[in-house]
Amino acid sequence: MSLYILCLILFAIGLYCLIVKKNLIKKIVGLGIAEYAVNLFFILLGYTKGGEAPILSKDTPITNFVDPLPQALILTSIVIGLGVTALMVAITVRIYEKYRTFDINEIRRLKG
Amino acid sequence: MLPVFVIIPLGAAFLIPILAKFRQGLAAFVANLAAGLLLFFSICSIYWLKGGLKIYYVGGWPPPFGICMVLDGLTVLVLLVINLIGFLALVYSLDYIKRYSSAYLYYTLFCLLLAGLNGLVISGDLFNLFVFLEITSIACYSLIAFGTEAEELEAAFKYLVLGSVADILILLAIGMLLGCVSTLNMADISRSLNTAVSSNLILYSTALFITGFGLKTALVPLHAWLPDAHPAAPAPMSAMLSGVVIKIAGVYALIRVIFNIIGFNLVISQIFIWLGILSMGVGVLLAIGQWDFKRLLAYHSISQIGYVVFAIGLGTPLGITAGLFHLFNHSLFKSLLFLNSGAVEYSTGTRRLEKLGGLYQSMPTTSATSLVASLSIAGIPPFCGFWSKLLIIIASFQANNIVGAIVCILVAMVTLASFLKVQKYAFMRKAGQALTNIKEAPGFMKFSMLALAMLCILVGIFFVPFVDTIIKPAAAVLLEGTGYARRILGV
Repeated sequence: MSLYILCLILFAIGLYCLIVKKNLIKKIVGLGIAEYAVNLFFILLGYTKGGEAPILSKDTPITNFVDPLPQALILTSIVIGLGVTALMVAITVRIYEKYRTFDINEIRRLKG
Repeated sequence: MLPVFVIIPLGAAFLIPILAKFRQGLAAFVANLAAGLLLFFSICSIYWLKGGLKIYYVGGWPPPFGICMVLDGLTVLVLLVINLIGFLALVYSLDYIKRYSSAYLYYTLFCLLLAGLNGLVISGDLFNLFVFLEITSIACYSLIAFGTEAEELEAAFKYLVLGSVADILILLAIGMLLGCVSTLNMADISRSLNTAVSSNLILYSTALFITGFGLKTALVPLHAWLPDAHPAAPAPMSAMLSGVVIKIAGVYALIRVIFNIIGFNLVISQIFIWLGILSMGVGVLLAIGQWDFKRLLAYHSISQIGYVVFAIGLGTPLGITAGLFHLFNHSLFKSLLFLNSGAVEYSTGTRRLEKLGGLYQSMPTTSATSLVASLSIAGIPPFCGFWSKLLIIIASFQANNIVGAIVCILVAMVTLASFLKVQKYAFMRKAGQALTNIKEAPGFMKFSMLALAMLCILVGIFFVPFVDTIIKPAAAVLLEGTGYARRILGV
């Protein structure tokens, strides 16, 4: 249970960083932290203590194996996260070229 | 036949950058061909549905183990919305996108967007839905930033941050459901949730789903990104964003998860109703003071999507039917209005309403079609928007929700006032000195606008057969609730 709570704290740190920090780069880092906390949550769902890889073989029956489904999902999720982060960094670079700053308080041409 | 909805646009998105190396013109041709085929297949799907629910097993694995694709009434309705608006927006782009360099990238991203939306709709697996949602989101972010001007980049970044938060929340919600029932197939989750003891995890995941999809839908406390993001995109893309994306990635995904997987109840109904009322009221009040044509339309999107969520939240058969009907109608007239604003900007170079004027003489097609769309969105009798708003108001009286009905009527009046302002300033009043020698928009742009205006009128006139053939089966899927699981698993 304590692992889940730590995972939730990590998620909260990421979300806090994303919302409170004024620097675009720090926002991207915050998003990364929140994303990896969720990925960790998925891995924890499939984790069992002392579990083995779920490979079926005839002679040695496995009784205690980890759930492979969350791991397969998280591989996909990590790749998606990579794509989003790359796009975010690319847009941030272009924003820096236009505004010459990373500070969110000065990037305010839209009224919101 | 179901995988064609993903294969065609994904294949086109792959081919376009390669073919564009040889000839630039091929990009537009391939994209339009793909969108035309998709439109053809989604019209065919109305007939495929006649024989009952269609399921495709990816790789031949049956549902609880493999991924499945499902075609039911609701899917047919939203497929029609996506591919109709997608095709017309692409035809419109043929002329419009010449203003931008590297048009082939635009067509690639547009096809990717269509692939994401179609995949999201036909997916019968919760994680697959998430993956297609991400494809949709990434294509949207890049298309909003397509002009790479300062405002567009800023809007795209804002949408990226809020959209990513929504995606993370949705992923967390999926994780919680997975922890609860150890399966990802939508039908199987629903069946397991029915038999499992109710757990706090389900409550948490419902809350996260509503917040995540609410962010994607731009319901009012979560709407901050929409008025920036929608006007920043190129006009055909704005039409897709307001007409399709917020409905599919937001409303469709939300109601599919809530109605068919978790199960609709009174608490969720109240949440939907109040979110809807809030969105209707706040959206329209913010809209009326706007002077930027596209920004005004974007605020109206918030308000109109409030109608849809409110009506579906009533939970009665008439309410759900009316909500889905309004979803379809809104996609028609809001896309048309965004295409109009694009044509105005294309010809005059500005979208500030106070600088425009007298376009009634110089741009007859644009002003006539925008009049049709304005009357539709304001709810004037022969046009399509009137019937869906009338049905929503009747449904809310039937459900004894007097407050909602009154808000609906008041919002419709303010909407009318707001669009009279658009008509007066942009089209009717006398032209200023700066606006001489304005030419009408080119042919392909006119074609798309005329087609959408015709559809607004036709759906308005023949609304009874239309509701019976397309909307009723879709509403039946939602009314069936968690009975959806039995039909898919065949038990």
